[in-house]
Amino acid sequence: MSTYKTISEKIFSDHLGRDVEAGEIVIVDVDFMMGQDGTTPLAIKTFENVGAKKVANPEKVAFVIDHNAPSPSEKVSALHKLMRDFSSNYGTKFYDIGEGICHQLIPEKGHALPGQIVIGADSHTCTYGAINCFSTGVGSTDLAIAMASGKLWFKVPQSVKIVLEGSLPTGVYSKDVALYIIKNLTANGATYKAVEFEGPVIDNLSVEARFTISNMSVEMGAKVGLMKVDEKAENWIKERTDKPFKSYEPDESANYEEIYKFDVSDLEPQIAKPHAVDNVSPISEVEGIPIHQGLLGTCTNGRIEDLRIAANILKGKRIHKGVRLIVAPASKDTLLKAMNEGIIQTLIQAGATVVAPGCGPCVGTHNGVPSDGENVISSANRNFKGRMGNNKAFIYLGSPATVAASCIEGKITDPRKYL
Amino acid sequence: MELKGYSHKFGDDVNTDYIISGKYKFSTIDMDELSVHLMEDLRPNFYNEIKKGDFIVAGENFGCGSSREQAPLVIKHAGISAVIATSFARIFYRNSINIGLPLVEVPTNNIDEGDLLTVDLEKGIVKNLTKDEVLKIKSLPKVMLKILQSGGLVNYYKKYGTLELID
Repeated sequence: MSTYKTISEKIFSDHLGRDVEAGEIVIVDVDFMMGQDGTTPLAIKTFENVGAKKVANPEKVAFVIDHNAPSPSEKVSALHKLMRDFSSNYGTKFYDIGEGICHQLIPEKGHALPGQIVIGADSHTCTYGAINCFSTGVGSTDLAIAMASGKLWFKVPQSVKIVLEGSLPTGVYSKDVALYIIKNLTANGATYKAVEFEGPVIDNLSVEARFTISNMSVEMGAKVGLMKVDEKAENWIKERTDKPFKSYEPDESANYEEIYKFDVSDLEPQIAKPHAVDNVSPISEVEGIPIHQGLLGTCTNGRIEDLRIAANILKGKRIHKGVRLIVAPASKDTLLKAMNEGIIQTLIQAGATVVAPGCGPCVGTHNGVPSDGENVISSANRNFKGRMGNNKAFIYLGSPATVAASCIEGKITDPRKYL
Repeated sequence: MELKGYSHKFGDDVNTDYIISGKYKFSTIDMDELSVHLMEDLRPNFYNEIKKGDFIVAGENFGCGSSREQAPLVIKHAGISAVIATSFARIFYRNSINIGLPLVEVPTNNIDEGDLLTVDLEKGIVKNLTKDEVLKIKSLPKVMLKILQSGGLVNYYKKYGTLELID
């Protein structure tokens, strides 16, 4: 057994009280677990089906209604009621409509901390790796069994390291970096693996911008996208919770399947073209493609910084005639901050439509389903065919700045001319 | 136990949105209602082409995308006996094991639409009867085989009353 360990191997070893290495299948106590309204109803059904009488640790369980918030139909309302009733019967934490997107709320409320093992019945649970939390997406049965037993089975993952060197040019953001990495590694490039991100580019990013990169690590198949905790991250966490935590750094000689190095000093804004997240081009190759709708929001890029960036570009301007811009802040706190800073006013005056915090437009449940043949520029993480609710629409992914600039011109536009 | 059926061939990176579109999955947990929409964005009317016991055969990274367990569940409910792919996405893989849908990881470039196949999970063998070829399956870790043999994680938990690994 190697004495040198990756972040994942250290977190699992400490949880189990013995040395484990990548490849082992283990059963561990889960520190926190989350389900959203697309996955929790099935977990509740399974929980009842196994005959569980109680939730092992209700204080470690949160349900979030974000995928259809507020409910667009009678059927969805019935599923929401199922969640509310279960939560009040079993004492789990509950975030109802309007509170925000699960992946914003879980770290924002201090439920995910460095060094913890956290699961979520949603694939983008890998987001909290940005604060050194081993967090990963699971299914409904996993959530049900973890609620009942407090534990879950895991394969301790192999790790790959991605070192980001150089410094980001103005107008190029962590979203562009994430798309560029996915282009290089492909949708399958890190399947089953933990990714560790490091280097001066990560060090210089805000914590919010780091979440964007970890969020998208699942788009190359990864289990989690981990980063180290520096002073910035420590302060970010301490502003939100006073719970103690222990963070982990990898050993220098730890065993990585692969180490990738990217220098992003000359990176242009990047665009993922329909219908795959790894179908990425520099913006100069796609500029001028007409767009009909913009989406600013989601667990990838719906945070206050993202709204600020877009508002700075849209201030005093109008979005192009015939373009809809939908804004869905990532959480209630984000929305309140944006109101205090005048960002919401700026966006609405520019012609944007602001909808309740949640996932709706990104997952195609409501709040902005595009029409046949329309092109959408979105700050989300997925552009699969049918993703936004219409399989005859075309989704392009870019940074919040690119979304804002493209909405002004009615075509895909390099945001750097507006900075 | 030997599974036998015809191949329905798909490409690489078949994501869970294609398996079952988000626009349906969020409004019901009734799998019979959802199953009829299986793969409809890729192949309209696919559900009606399936004969019970058939296989979905695909390339790399099958099941990438969201964590929705509805994806393996609708495949199972539609009468598919196993998914055979060159590789699988992680969450789909664990969801399938958990709900008792067998997954077979073998190179699939030589399997075509309509080939008649048999799969033997215990022996670890896929036979292509149409092409008279035999493919070896990478053996599953013991825990996963145990969960699959119990019919999924739910049955495993019901049977053993615990999540501890039972030898």
